[in-house]
Amino acid sequence: MTLDVAPKPNWFARIANPSQFLGWSRPLLWPLTILTAILFAAGLYFAFLDSPPDYQMGNTVRIMYIHVPNAWLSQFVYGVMAVSALGSLIWRHPMADVSMKAAAPLGAVFTALALYTGSLWGRPTWGTFWEWDGRMTSTLVLLLIYLGLIALWRAFEDQLRAGRVVAVFTLIGAINIPIVKFSVDWWQTLHQPSSVITPDGPRMPGSILTPLLVMMGAFTLLFITLQLKSMHTEIRRRRLATLERQRAAAAEGAK
Amino acid sequence: MKGFLAIIGRDLKLATRIGGDALTLVLFFVMVGAIVPFAIGPDKAMLAKLAPGLTWIAAFLSLLLGLDRLFRNDAEDGSLQLFRFSRTPLEAIVAAKVIAHWLLTALPLIAATPVLAVLLNMDMESWLRTVLSLLLGTPGLVALGAMGAAVTVSLPRGGLIAPVLILPLAIPLLIFGSSAISGQQAGAAMLFLAAISLVLLAIAPFAGALALRVSEE
Repeated sequence: MTLDVAPKPNWFARIANPSQFLGWSRPLLWPLTILTAILFAAGLYFAFLDSPPDYQMGNTVRIMYIHVPNAWLSQFVYGVMAVSALGSLIWRHPMADVSMKAAAPLGAVFTALALYTGSLWGRPTWGTFWEWDGRMTSTLVLLLIYLGLIALWRAFEDQLRAGRVVAVFTLIGAINIPIVKFSVDWWQTLHQPSSVITPDGPRMPGSILTPLLVMMGAFTLLFITLQLKSMHTEIRRRRLATLERQRAAAAEGAK
Repeated sequence: MKGFLAIIGRDLKLATRIGGDALTLVLFFVMVGAIVPFAIGPDKAMLAKLAPGLTWIAAFLSLLLGLDRLFRNDAEDGSLQLFRFSRTPLEAIVAAKVIAHWLLTALPLIAATPVLAVLLNMDMESWLRTVLSLLLGTPGLVALGAMGAAVTVSLPRGGLIAPVLILPLAIPLLIFGSSAISGQQAGAAMLFLAAISLVLLAIAPFAGALALRVSEE
């Protein structure tokens, strides 16, 4: 077997093989960072300077431009984790493990920010920081699941074996995602129902919708950039662990 | 089917011959209920109002405490390896262990509820409702616990992680469990509770067996 009969790597190998993955994703990092910064600059300009205050809520409506993207990402990141968990269980995809591990702390932070900005917004508009309403409760549960998953990752010494076990639990925890999504339709208590994606189009004027969409794009790109970066870090950490283990084994053998 | 029943019989026999465990859990359950009046004051009307929720929390904590025993002993003495390669599928074995665990931990708690009913000043009707909601809800709780225990079986400190993992997922059981006792739409809540329990019982054998296979590799 010589090198030239080796098949050209297909798209699957290009994602699944750590060095191939590093090879194509590392050059993407700077462009993504710059694009994220540009979108944030545009989004923040629209959100704070070039959008009207709400006729009822006044300037507090601007919290929405931070709150909604974080809330959207809290669910999107779990989706990324659940897909990675499937990849890890079905194809034993090594990068899926890494992606799952990198996404958990990011998702936890986005969820915590969504809850935090939500309660800051709730105080002036609803008159309370917290209410045991369907969506808030289920988002809190989502945060607890993220934290539990991080604790589970940290409990394992062998990260390679941890991946598949965490994957099983990620899929069990995915039951909560539809509950968060539809909670506002099932229990109509305090949180308003979804108003961007509805059967008859967005229920808000363009002057508010544009900054919101730009901010959602900016936050999503921020997540993708951070996700790639922390996946790279995790790959390096695993290589380092392997090297250390090899050196320890060699030192053991030399005795 | 024979293997399925044999596993249930084995677990029941092991637990009763070693003895003490079920009794300790019941003791813990009653004690949690008994310390509450010290913490919030012996106001009888308030206790009666809080009783359903308190009973559920006491049952919750007691069941979490007993979880670690579900697979750990089998993993340590090697029976789990034999289960994996036995003719009875691992899924059926997990289901059998869930049933045996429910009989050993949840049923004694339900039998001990009259003590809590007296201590917390429940009336007859709310006691009956408590028993019914615990009968419907605890199987789901044990099923969730089995998934948590299976995921953490290979961890030396799994006993602490499993409750942290399954508590957030168990919140729906707690919500419907206590609103089935005293809520405004108690009947509907009771049906929801039964539905959630059934779903969890259906998922648990498969998820548990998958986790056991994965963590034994």
